[in-house]
Amino acid sequence: MVNDPQGLVVKDALHALGYPEVAGARVGKFISLELAGPDLDAVRARVDEMCRRLLCNGVIEEYRFELRPVPGA
Amino acid sequence: MSARFGVAVFPGTWSDRDCVHAVGLTGAEAVPLWHADRDLKGCEVVILPGGFAYGDYLRAGAIARFAPLMEAVREHAQAGGLVLGICNGFQILCEAGMLPGALLRNSSLQFRCQPTWLRVETTATPFLASCQPGELLQLPVSHGEGRFYADPKTLARLNDEGRVAFRYTDQGGGLSAEANPNGSLENIAGILNEQGNVMGMMPHPERACEQLLGSDHGLQLFCSAIQHLPLLTG
Repeated sequence: MVNDPQGLVVKDALHALGYPEVAGARVGKFISLELAGPDLDAVRARVDEMCRRLLCNGVIEEYRFELRPVPGA
Repeated sequence: MSARFGVAVFPGTWSDRDCVHAVGLTGAEAVPLWHADRDLKGCEVVILPGGFAYGDYLRAGAIARFAPLMEAVREHAQAGGLVLGICNGFQILCEAGMLPGALLRNSSLQFRCQPTWLRVETTATPFLASCQPGELLQLPVSHGEGRFYADPKTLARLNDEGRVAFRYTDQGGGLSAEANPNGSLENIAGILNEQGNVMGMMPHPERACEQLLGSDHGLQLFCSAIQHLPLLTG
């Protein structure tokens, strides 16, 4: 697993605040996209491609995503 | 005939003028190359300088790799042309898949700007052909995200194929954690592609080309490239 110094610092800080049960912490990114498409499968395929081509660097990162309807759309 | 160096300029590049100055010290010609142009203007060597191309948004180098100029840089490299990525340029080459691995946040979580000692690990690239194997160079680093990472298989391959260009060492050439400014795997400071015509490095040779600046060891990388320019076909 790729060393994550930010996660280690967060873990130490949580320990200092009295949460010794935290065995590990990793810091990542949250990206929110708004988009439209003909159907869920098509949107899913497009988003997956976006993750592979730009949003995620597979050498050091993993990704997962979920699709939700935009309220009012 | 004087060699022609192209120096890429992206929005947020900060070391381009230092690179132009360093190239000028060798007597070669330096030509700025704008990121939005798909044109290397006949340059034999392309330098991707340090800085924060496109603000380093998303990840360092992640957006810059899609610049029109990078298409031309990729073709240049595929034809055997020389490409040197320094600092942010190294990050861009990794994001572009032109070099393996990735550069992560320094293990100290601090931006490090300091002189470092580097051991030349191979001379199988025009950039280092004029050096002695094991030669020590003093060059500064200046980065927050320079921790080289590659998966174990890739790392083994880099070692087996002699593609580690430099490692951070102490002044005597010894490997140690103290000499490693960013927590890079195996103290790696720079690597080569398979053909040796593309080199990426975190330290800044262009900022160590005059004794006035504390070291002129960086100058020999540029001079070496000029002396060992590959003959390009096509």
